[in-house]
Amino acid sequence: MSEYRIQGNTGEWEVVIGLEVHAQITSESKLFSGSSTGFGAEPNSHVSLVDAAMPGMLPVPNRECLRQAVRTGMAINAQINRWSRFDRKNYFYADLPQGYQISQLYHPIVGEGEIEVTLNEKDPDSPTKKIGIERIHVEQDAGKLMHDQHPTMSFVDLNRSGVALMEIVSRPDISSPQEAGAYLKKLRSILRYVGSCDGNMEQGSMRADVNVSVRKPGGELGTRTETKNVNSIRFMMQAIEYEAQRQVDLIESGGAVVQETRLFDPNKMETRSMRSKEDAHDYRYFPDPDLLPVELDDAFLEECRASLPELPDAKRARYEALGLTAYNAAVLTAEAETAFWFEDLLAEGVDAKQASNWLMSELFGALNKLGKTLDESPVNPKQAAELLGLVADGTISGSIAKQVFEMMLETGQGASAIVEEKGLKQTNDTGAIEAEIAKIMAANEDKVTEYRSGKDKLFGFFVGQTMKAMQGKANPQIINDLLKKALG
Amino acid sequence: MSVDKDTVNKIARLSRIAISDAEADKMVGELNGILAWVEQLGEVDVTGVEPMTAVISNKLRLRDDVVTDGDVRDKVLANAPAKEGSFFGVPKVIE
Repeated sequence: MSEYRIQGNTGEWEVVIGLEVHAQITSESKLFSGSSTGFGAEPNSHVSLVDAAMPGMLPVPNRECLRQAVRTGMAINAQINRWSRFDRKNYFYADLPQGYQISQLYHPIVGEGEIEVTLNEKDPDSPTKKIGIERIHVEQDAGKLMHDQHPTMSFVDLNRSGVALMEIVSRPDISSPQEAGAYLKKLRSILRYVGSCDGNMEQGSMRADVNVSVRKPGGELGTRTETKNVNSIRFMMQAIEYEAQRQVDLIESGGAVVQETRLFDPNKMETRSMRSKEDAHDYRYFPDPDLLPVELDDAFLEECRASLPELPDAKRARYEALGLTAYNAAVLTAEAETAFWFEDLLAEGVDAKQASNWLMSELFGALNKLGKTLDESPVNPKQAAELLGLVADGTISGSIAKQVFEMMLETGQGASAIVEEKGLKQTNDTGAIEAEIAKIMAANEDKVTEYRSGKDKLFGFFVGQTMKAMQGKANPQIINDLLKKALG
Repeated sequence: MSVDKDTVNKIARLSRIAISDAEADKMVGELNGILAWVEQLGEVDVTGVEPMTAVISNKLRLRDDVVTDGDVRDKVLANAPAKEGSFFGVPKVIE
């Protein structure tokens, strides 16, 4: 898709990137226990004896978490494994009371799939590329450690312990920071459409482990490093740029890349080695004897498939068929929230083109100014539809509609009420309009002569003057007709 | 399959079990005894036999996604060797 090359002293280098994305599965309760997944609770209050790994406690899987992983797999056309199994990944750390994480190494619930990405999702002509997905597996999250509260102790909060995660592993098909960014954006959009993860990177609902290696174009794969827990798209792109350049510099100065885990420091914009003990990654996986294999039947899979929403690519095609431009269709479908807003407008009877134009210029513009997201919009689709209905049936003009919209944002009043109260109704009174036209033509005789001698562009001037004289309330179509008649 | 003393020390370290040099020596012999005993299973021809996941055929039971547990902070913290307020306290760990 894009040629991304690092210029070294010994020539060009290409970058090979694979991403492991951890996405928190949207669910009320945890993967193996009935405690809440709610964010921001009092420390250790959303913890059961299972999550705290008390002796004798047994895990019981949450059906919804498996369902959401399967639906996500279906959304990326992946192979769904009817038979999968949980394994124990053994390591010691203070945020992991069991001493092992329950995960899926050997038999993940979702196998190979793919995601098509484009470098500029809003440009329909931008080239696309398919990024392979190797697998999606389901696993437990760990607890949270705090190191800065006490001189000699770290504090442990197990509220997140046992929350369900999907690990979505890409193939090393990504070859630039931009492609990695486009992939993560597209993946987040799909997860939000499916409803399997809220995609909120700030709250840690989605984070990426970034595998990077460099090689001479077309050459053997180099040794890779893994930069852990990157929690924004921008940081991920910076981490890749830094890490690829570091590896090139290292190799060209005679060194060798060490396969290791690194951390990205967003303040210094650099990655650094975590210097963990060499055998920290000897996880000694084995099948979890507390859990039987997961076997999915036809009814379960059928329900998963039937409950999938229309996905971004399909939606975009449908919007274009409604008469929207490819650009508008791409913008409206990039995020699920926008598409749902747009469809709410259509459900209220608004014309597709009118709805898309208004949403993208007026509503986005207003929200931008207010610094609010679509979810926080002071005007809901029903109220917006009322306003757009008044334009569509000729009650108010487009320019008056802009003023009314501003008043709606300020006062929270409905469009009809504002139009009524302020007397903003459009007039179809031809007599009044004709009188104003006559006055304007008398005051601008020179321009009338110019127009009649062929300067067609001046027509707009007369429209503007007439509309201004009518305080914006005249029906523009009637002004056009009457002006054409009067100017001859 | 057999283990040497280095392997025994490594397993002990990964399991956070402190063993003395003498204990490690003893353990090599014991573990190799156990491994050899288990390896007798290799004499059985299991070509075409599905691995058995449970002695009694059984289906994995799944839960509905409902909050039914938690809110037992004091119980959860009751046996902790160290705690501060609502937190477990552990020796400082920073990587």
